[in-house]
Amino acid sequence: MNRVAASDRLSRFPFPYPQDHYRYSTNVEPARRPVITEVGEWGRWTIDVDDEYEAELREREEILVADPSRCVVLAHMRAACWDSLLECLGEAARANPATMSLTREGNSYVWSNARLGEERRFVIGDEDTLGAEPLAYTGSQVQEDIVLLDQREGQLWADAGLVTFAADWSLRFDVGMTFLELHGPVPRVHVEGVIPRAHRFLLRLEAHHPYRRTNWTMSVDRRLDQSTETYPEWGPDRLGVLENPELLPDRLQLRVEVQHLIRLPGSGAIMFLIRTSMVPLRELATVPAWRTRMAAVLRELPQDMVDYKGLTHFRDPAAAWLESAQAAAIATGA
Amino acid sequence: MTVAPAQPLASSPLAPSAAVREGWLILRVAGVSTAGRVRTLRLVSLTGDTLPSFTPGSHIVVEAGGRTNAYSLTGDFLEPIAYEISVLRIPDGNGGSRWIHDDLDVGQELSVSPPRSAFPPVASAQHHVLVAGGIGITPILSHIRAARLYRRSFEVIYAHRHDAEVPRLRELRALCGPDRLELAQGRAQVTARLRKRLAEQPLGSVLLICGPGPMMEATETIATELGWPSQRIHTERFSTEALDPGSPFTVKLARSGRQLLVPSGVSLLEALEAAEVPVPNLCRRGVCGECRVAVKAGRPEHRDLFLSDEERTANDSLMCCVSRAHDAVLELEL
Repeated sequence: MNRVAASDRLSRFPFPYPQDHYRYSTNVEPARRPVITEVGEWGRWTIDVDDEYEAELREREEILVADPSRCVVLAHMRAACWDSLLECLGEAARANPATMSLTREGNSYVWSNARLGEERRFVIGDEDTLGAEPLAYTGSQVQEDIVLLDQREGQLWADAGLVTFAADWSLRFDVGMTFLELHGPVPRVHVEGVIPRAHRFLLRLEAHHPYRRTNWTMSVDRRLDQSTETYPEWGPDRLGVLENPELLPDRLQLRVEVQHLIRLPGSGAIMFLIRTSMVPLRELATVPAWRTRMAAVLRELPQDMVDYKGLTHFRDPAAAWLESAQAAAIATGA
Repeated sequence: MTVAPAQPLASSPLAPSAAVREGWLILRVAGVSTAGRVRTLRLVSLTGDTLPSFTPGSHIVVEAGGRTNAYSLTGDFLEPIAYEISVLRIPDGNGGSRWIHDDLDVGQELSVSPPRSAFPPVASAQHHVLVAGGIGITPILSHIRAARLYRRSFEVIYAHRHDAEVPRLRELRALCGPDRLELAQGRAQVTARLRKRLAEQPLGSVLLICGPGPMMEATETIATELGWPSQRIHTERFSTEALDPGSPFTVKLARSGRQLLVPSGVSLLEALEAAEVPVPNLCRRGVCGECRVAVKAGRPEHRDLFLSDEERTANDSLMCCVSRAHDAVLELEL
């Protein structure tokens, strides 16, 4: 699965910890500002097309064939889906002018995407011209998972989505819920006011001012699809990874989501873009600041957050390995 | 991790000039037409690019002859070539409409805010009943365009005076066709039409009203009497910005003894940054809690979403990105 050169994956990695301890917070900031890391940068665009583009889109297609319920659109979300198509393809084109373009010709748009050998002319609101449902089509052109929320009666309703790379949740289960309902299981955030604050923020989010935040968890192996539906396939690995301690730093991944929060201008819906990146601990530990920071975060993380994130079995071994990598580096003067 | 300075965005359709308020657009008047007391303007970008999309029912704030007034956008809402507004001449108003009627010509440039959405369609509605009075037809026009594009069910009831030209009537007829537009003249006729139509609506209909105050109140009363729940009645009263520019005040910095003036339209955070007093900040919308500053003296005018009610009344801190001062002088622990 490791098709990408280590340096490229590391250099684009959105390392998520600003401090030696981690708590949930309403950690939103304006989007489209590059973040310079120790080894590269991320965050210049809301849509990120990288070296794994073709492979991840193939993987998404296979997941959708096996389980079409990963793409759900309630009937009233049609306008939001078209809006989301314009927003995502437009941003992909701006970010990748050498390979992608979205141009307007009178009433039609022409999308061309050299990465996939794709060229399509469509009229907004006319599915026949696109040859597909617009959200499904968008999901075949960008790597991000997409959730669309309708705003009505002072609430946000997750009424459409295309999610194939979920980290331990299920779109089919969540669709139709309000923003507050679907964050119900997250520990701490209700008492600490994080979710109500995020909710108020989203209700007032303005078009053309995209925001972003990061979230993280850990994953065993480089497996993008960790939805609730496939838990039997990946869940047991959380314990199984301990069977061979030598493989632990290669199998355990820091899994980060860059989430963009965008008010779609033409429909007023909120678009959540979720982009998942993973780096195995061994590779992450080649960056000195990252291995010490992640070790500190794991050591300090309260047990309820450890359990919610599914790190219960391997939090201590992971921290211990990162600390030993640090000790070894000091010993060899690296 | 460091955040690099904001880059000029290739995606931003218009680069605002330094003289413009933050985020505002400079547009050129490309067309003017006057019918009776209503003047319709067509505004285009200086570069020929399309303008930012907007949610149907949105308005822009226009700087007109030193005044700022809000006007609904009446034209295409998805990446439009031009913004269209219709301005009723108000002889005893603040002078903004007189200036637009008497002093504005094709070719002139106008400073306008980005579109603001405060009167959006309800995507999940079974049917939209759009009620307009006089110049209140303006936000309804973009609702009709969206309903047509996405083939949503709608009807229009348009109340107008018998002694004045009916704004945008020809266009309205073309957009609605023969079956979806009812004109009504005078109070008795309007009331009769409303009683009939509002009594016949299917479950799940939504009522959108824009017009003079008494007409809106009368419509709301009729709808309420007929059993319409208040969540299904939406009215458009022009509210301009979510946050007004605020009054100027002086800020005293306790540590250095320095004093700074915070002018109207400039945030406390911006004033501190301009004086090279750095304050950590993220969202700049009063949500994330990052820019909280301790207050030593003076009463803050809290405009954030972060502080709890108790923290607000304690008056010992404020979020400097949005909040201001009730008193002429505010002393900060900086």
